[in-house]
Amino acid sequence: MSPQTDSESFVLLRLAERRFAVAAGDIAELVAPSRVFRFPHHTKEIEGVILRRGRIVPVCDVAARLIGKNLLSRRFYLIAQRRYATGTEWIALPVTGDCELIFAEMIPASEADLPHVSGWLSHDGDVIEVLNLTALTPGPTTAALLAPAEAVQQEALS
Amino acid sequence: MRLPIPAKAHPVRTEQIILFRVSGQLFAVSSASVQEVRSVDTLAGAAKEIAQAGLRKVRHIVQRGEHALYVVNGAMHFGLPPFAPALVFVLRRTRTALLVDGIEKMTTMTRLQALPQAFCNDERDWYRGVTAIDQTVVPVVKPEGFLTPDELFLLDSSLQPKESPTETAAQETASGGLLPQPDIIDTDGEATSFQQ
Repeated sequence: MSPQTDSESFVLLRLAERRFAVAAGDIAELVAPSRVFRFPHHTKEIEGVILRRGRIVPVCDVAARLIGKNLLSRRFYLIAQRRYATGTEWIALPVTGDCELIFAEMIPASEADLPHVSGWLSHDGDVIEVLNLTALTPGPTTAALLAPAEAVQQEALS
Repeated sequence: MRLPIPAKAHPVRTEQIILFRVSGQLFAVSSASVQEVRSVDTLAGAAKEIAQAGLRKVRHIVQRGEHALYVVNGAMHFGLPPFAPALVFVLRRTRTALLVDGIEKMTTMTRLQALPQAFCNDERDWYRGVTAIDQTVVPVVKPEGFLTPDELFLLDSSLQPKESPTETAAQETASGGLLPQPDIIDTDGEATSFQQ
């Protein structure tokens, strides 16, 4: 029996030498780095907030968790929608290179995969993790993993 | 013929806030939450040091009428570097007096954004939300967030007079039950320094 597949659009992001994917429907936009405002808190994954379109967006550097080291340089913030039990909120993910919109078939993650992996896809000879932002980024609870949203097209990117 | 009634423009809801600094970091608090702003120097004579409360951010207590105010060091509360506070905010409807560097300015906020849910630890108790003032993001503190109920209980307990078990038993017997315990202490005029 072959694994179930889904044809979807994804945004590829780069963290140092590695690439990861996020469902395109979860992406709001790609923006140049702006001033990070910092204030005291105890959520270690969050380094501060940025102002974007009148909204205050937390910046979450996921590199330490995904590639084992913090980013020394960042080129863009990929602003994604993070799901919570009460709705979605934007979160800014620092990335080190251009992002790319692709269409691919995702192989769903297995029980052996880490919680932040929602699936796998093959692109340009690489096998790339599709990230589950709900599991990857902090929130009130990681237990309430919601179903992925319908993918939308690339107009979400700017 | 009746003309349609023009829709009323909704007035923008605003809130007066005080921008203040603790250890150099900018915060905001609703002006309505601040009952009194005093110089640390004027407070020093009315404050008494409390020892071994088990809460490093509170070292002094001030008697205000029937109530005792706990003086919270803002830097220690937020985990910021030590500083020399110049002012103290007496926060309304709390038992907190907050030590701060000073006031930056008083202004108005037109929008308070809830703290993003990505912030999921103690800070949810510290802040009402965040606001943008002059293209700067400022957290708006929650006055009741400086001392949790557990911390207040700990502080109140530390103020109760220590009695030997024999004396306590004798008093309970004489009164026919538990005696009401005072939750405040007399704090007559001991000069105190708030410097760290």
